[in-house]
Amino acid sequence: MNKKVWIVMLGLVFLLGCSKKESETSEAQPAGAAPAAPAATPIDPTTVASVSGTVKFDGAAPKPAKIDMSQDPACKGTNAAETIVADNGDLANVFVYVKDGLGSRTFDVPSQAVTIDQQGCKYHPHVLGVMTGQNIEIKNDDPTTHNIHPTPQSNREWNESQPPQSAPIEKNFAREEIMLPVKCNQHPWMRMYINVVKNPFFAVTGPDGKYEIKGLPPGDYTIAFVQEKLGEKDEKVTLAAKDSKTLDQAFKAE
Amino acid sequence: MVKGLTLKGLSTPYNRSLHRFAVFLAGWTFLLIIAGALVTSNDAGLSVPDWPTSFGSLYKIPHMVGGVRFEHTHRMIAQVAGLLTIVLAVWTWRAEQRPWMKYLAIGALGTVIAQGILGGLTVLFYLPPSISSAHAAIAQTFFCLTVAIAMFTGPRWVEEVPKVEADVRRPRLFTLALLSILVLYVQLGLGAMFRHRGMSWWPHVMNAPVVGLVLTWTAIRALSVYAKIEAVRRPAILILALLITQLFLGFLAFLTRVAWGHDAIQPELPMVISTVAHVAVGALLLASVVVLAIQVWRHVPISWQERVPSRQPRPVTV
Repeated sequence: MNKKVWIVMLGLVFLLGCSKKESETSEAQPAGAAPAAPAATPIDPTTVASVSGTVKFDGAAPKPAKIDMSQDPACKGTNAAETIVADNGDLANVFVYVKDGLGSRTFDVPSQAVTIDQQGCKYHPHVLGVMTGQNIEIKNDDPTTHNIHPTPQSNREWNESQPPQSAPIEKNFAREEIMLPVKCNQHPWMRMYINVVKNPFFAVTGPDGKYEIKGLPPGDYTIAFVQEKLGEKDEKVTLAAKDSKTLDQAFKAE
Repeated sequence: MVKGLTLKGLSTPYNRSLHRFAVFLAGWTFLLIIAGALVTSNDAGLSVPDWPTSFGSLYKIPHMVGGVRFEHTHRMIAQVAGLLTIVLAVWTWRAEQRPWMKYLAIGALGTVIAQGILGGLTVLFYLPPSISSAHAAIAQTFFCLTVAIAMFTGPRWVEEVPKVEADVRRPRLFTLALLSILVLYVQLGLGAMFRHRGMSWWPHVMNAPVVGLVLTWTAIRALSVYAKIEAVRRPAILILALLITQLFLGFLAFLTRVAWGHDAIQPELPMVISTVAHVAVGALLLASVVVLAIQVWRHVPISWQERVPSRQPRPVTV
């Protein structure tokens, strides 16, 4: 085989490699480009159950680390990090979701976007839950430029800057991923976590440590409690029709 | 002597302006390495998300706050380094009489172009450890090239008649110098992979005693046998001084980043200072070993019998 043929063949292999990568990475969609999902499995609204509870932090809560925002005079947010937010033992920012038990059920993706706001050079909220394919609207209310840089394991990575007063950025994630970190490389203390799940049964604990997941069909479920630093704890729960069960959880200091 | 064909040729007049320009480029490259290290230590590599433009513009200076200060400053210093290297390559090509110097200058230009492309790729692909580490390693290679060019254009190299001593010891000093370069490159790769989150810290730390041993052996051999050759003695002393400094800085960097700073909410000043200094002194150390290797090659040649096969006797170019 002569040299030219080899070059052409190598070129084809390279192109095939590139196109494969493209199909792999095309999982992450720009807003509005989510692939058509199968019809949702119906749930009888007269039988739905709920689970709620409080997530506690055992032991003395660590003092929040101080953030130094002096490298950008436009940043005037509170300077306490949100790695572990525990007030009177109530643990905030824990993502609670149905990890297992829904079988092959499918669910409608909400048409309404969830919002991430950049304010005071911090992300609000710090922990967010969203369904696969659901749009996320990212706003910048700060008088400085941010960049939004998710660093996922199974979704496509992207990095976009957003100047002050610019239009919101809309994105979605195609694959399930828990505690997907999002950071701003301009302000390295800015960090939040997006949790992408295939079902709508999730919640994030508030400052009082409380959560509630409603509308679950009766069944046996594994409920996962995930905290960015403290890790994950799973609990099994059986819900009968119209049940309203309490499922508390506690994390210990590392 | 075979004119213009070897490092040892004396076939070019000393060009003071070219030498000073080469020294300036080497200094500028050292500054560039510090700027690049600041980008990594401040986790600012993606604060400007596009390349080759910065926020869509090739020439506008963005608002220099946050991570943009580090990333865009690094880009501007790199652009100037690229321009200086183009000037050096053209100047050398026109002014130099030693053909190998022309090729060396062109090689430096090719290296800085490859380095710029790697810098761009690492931004476009979101800092993959392999590309970022290659960017770090080539940065120091380019620095060594600029230092070597500065040395080759210097008055000592051009005008001095080297004092030559044959090396009869085993392993030869030149072999030790090459081994030093090799272990330093391994250490550079391991360190860069750790800094760019492609590897744990322990391979870099475990290799540090090996580097220390090989470099100490090399420097002590040079000082104990060839101390009277100034061109060998000076880099050997420098290597020992830099090695001690570098081990101390490495320990500090370990403390501030791995032991104390692994959970830090943002890059902290002690970590930034110690890691940047560790990178900068590492670059100086590598360049010093390269200089030593070149000077050993010049002043402590391998004996005649080993260099020239007996059936093809040719003059050694000393």
